[in-house]
Amino acid sequence: MHPTIPFVTAALLFGIGVYGVLRRRNAILVLMAVELMLNAVNLLLVAAGGLTGQVFALFVIVIAAAEVGVGLAIVLQLYRLRDTISVDTVPLSDPAPDPVVPVEAEALR
Amino acid sequence: MTGVDALLLGLGAVAVGAALLVVTTRQVVRAGLWLVVTLGAVAGLYLVLAAELLAWVQVLLYVGAVVVLLLFAVMLTRAPIGVSRDLDRPGWPALLVGAGSGFGLAALLADVYRWSTVDFAPAGNAERVGADIFRTWVLPFEVLSVLLLAALVGAIVVSRPEIGGRR
Repeated sequence: MHPTIPFVTAALLFGIGVYGVLRRRNAILVLMAVELMLNAVNLLLVAAGGLTGQVFALFVIVIAAAEVGVGLAIVLQLYRLRDTISVDTVPLSDPAPDPVVPVEAEALR
Repeated sequence: MTGVDALLLGLGAVAVGAALLVVTTRQVVRAGLWLVVTLGAVAGLYLVLAAELLAWVQVLLYVGAVVVLLLFAVMLTRAPIGVSRDLDRPGWPALLVGAGSGFGLAALLADVYRWSTVDFAPAGNAERVGADIFRTWVLPFEVLSVLLLAALVGAIVVSRPEIGGRR
């Protein structure tokens, strides 16, 4: 077996994943590109690392599953709040446009 | 060039081609389906590289669970079915960084390993991988189970409707 073939494949997959993360605007497509990058790393681990590499690839798969679960929960919450999942419309600093007034404050008015 | 190399080349070409379609297609659902092709080809690569347990875990967890989750998210966010023009932001920096890292890493690895050959590691079936996990890597395994629990609780907390939910 020539190890160069899976290594180069993994490197190209990683580059494609980086491109997708930077290029895509839709948060779900960004998550898909992240999956591509994680798969590239897994491929490298399996091709290079023997049995230990496979164990660590297994760990990375578990971490990826947890990441996708939490990430999609955040994406859905973002959609519920703002009706869009475009990552470059997310404000990084200012609070939500009309903050919820607590019920007690409402009653005091 | 043996049969194994031909298989690796073919499956690698399928994986890279489908991955290119994942990041360039203009339809959200098709990106998910091309992702299935990519992950399946990577599972095939694992099989050729004698990592059978990992190949089936890849099929179960990635092709089964992760892609289904992603498609559920596509459905719940009412992503447009059909061609949508606003999926991408203008992308020369992305192309530059992506191509740079991809081809840079590829050139680096190709330069290090040239056209050398290695022997196969012993096949990673469930018995060997399980023995390796539970003899050598028990602590990371347990930490991972705590991580999964934290992710579970975190996902539930984040998606509770009363957090910031105004409608």
